[in-house]
Amino acid sequence: MKQDLAKFMGTDVISIRDFTAEDILAILEYARKFENYKQPILQGRILATLFYEPSTRTKLSFESAMMSLGGSVLGFSEAGASSSAKGETVYDTAKMMDGYADVLVIRHPLEGAARRAAEAADIPVINGGDGANQHPTQTFLDLFTMLKTKGTLQDLHVGFLGDLKYGRTVHSLAEAMSHFRSHMYFVAPEMLRMPDHILAELREKNIPFMETERLYDVSAELDILYVTRIQRERFPDPLDYEKVKNVYILNEKLLEHVKTDLKVLHPLPRVNEIDTSLDKYPQAEYFQQSKNGVTVRKALLSLVLGVRQ
Amino acid sequence: MISKEMKVSKLRNGAVIDHLAPGMAMKAIEFLGVRGDDSLAIGMFFESKKMGRKDILKFENRQLSREEINKIAVMSPEATVCIIKDYNVVEKFKASLPHEIEGIIRCSNPKCITNNEKVATRFVVQEKEPLLVRCQYCERAMHGNEIEFV
Ligand SMILES: [Zn+2]
Repeated sequence: MKQDLAKFMGTDVISIRDFTAEDILAILEYARKFENYKQPILQGRILATLFYEPSTRTKLSFESAMMSLGGSVLGFSEAGASSSAKGETVYDTAKMMDGYADVLVIRHPLEGAARRAAEAADIPVINGGDGANQHPTQTFLDLFTMLKTKGTLQDLHVGFLGDLKYGRTVHSLAEAMSHFRSHMYFVAPEMLRMPDHILAELREKNIPFMETERLYDVSAELDILYVTRIQRERFPDPLDYEKVKNVYILNEKLLEHVKTDLKVLHPLPRVNEIDTSLDKYPQAEYFQQSKNGVTVRKALLSLVLGVRQ
Repeated sequence: MISKEMKVSKLRNGAVIDHLAPGMAMKAIEFLGVRGDDSLAIGMFFESKKMGRKDILKFENRQLSREEINKIAVMSPEATVCIIKDYNVVEKFKASLPHEIEGIIRCSNPKCITNNEKVATRFVVQEKEPLLVRCQYCERAMHGNEIEFV
């Protein structure tokens, strides 16, 4: 196993597509060692955080991960504070980081910016979200949460609820889950359906899935229910939003229609799509999921820096 | 046969690109570039039994590399190439799509880094028939009919 993990030293983490099923399982298995783990194995290492758009949670999660392993953090958050406001390219900024840090995380509104940064920098680059494209550490932490709560990623029945059209987390997660023979249930209003190109990929891989607008058609089947927020801005006609906004709000009633060991996940922050009345039940996994983000990021930092426990 | 179709003089040495999609000849020249000692005949919208219409290019004294020819396949998958030496066809082959296409096509995603910073595009050919390519930066997939050239 140790031998396997050595290959991730110096690796960029840009897209979940770059990782095979075996890679993903090896990384998630390794991440288990980082739960509640605080040892200064990354002492003297520096993480640069280049956040061209604000994302407080992702940034804090990376910083917490780096610091709890004894490393240090520098960086900026929002383009105005950086030289990109003066017209410097992502390539130049990332290249310069070779001299300042040992690993970098980039979040950028343009899609492909992280790949571009990785071409420039010799140090490993981690994608902290590039526009609507990828956010691989989110996908890793989602998978980690499933693996941890279910003991396996094979043959899970996974429901995706809410905005499946624009939600990049659900796209990446569905693609990643297709490695593991899962059954997928896409629950969304017609206007926010899973995009056809993703459904086509699933068909090609013979992954069973179904689409519905009503959660209760499928809720009894589910092992995992992954909830995303439906954003008002997505609807050109406010009336359309009004029609669907309350249909996909979860509350205690959900529990009458599900398996007792269902786990509800959400990438957070939530607005009102999961009622707080659900928080006290063991099915509510979303806060633990968020904590898992730090665990998984610790593991990834350790792997790409080649300093393992 | 080729010279008869093109109604221009026979090539002594060079290359003929036949079965280009109609209207693609100028694009192809743009990609291949014309060097000082090339002489070039361009045929556009010729009748073709196979294709209805087609374009043809003849390069005198120009050796085309496989790589160059494969670029042509991106814009015109049916294209065929004859290499001519001393008036004889010494090699004839169909252009074939490369696995990766660099700098020829534009990404259709306006939020892609390649449309916002000076970056040469890179696409991986995921399927050849029908053509499906994926941007290596923003990961958007494009079908053949959506492809625009740089
Ligand atoms: Zn692109």
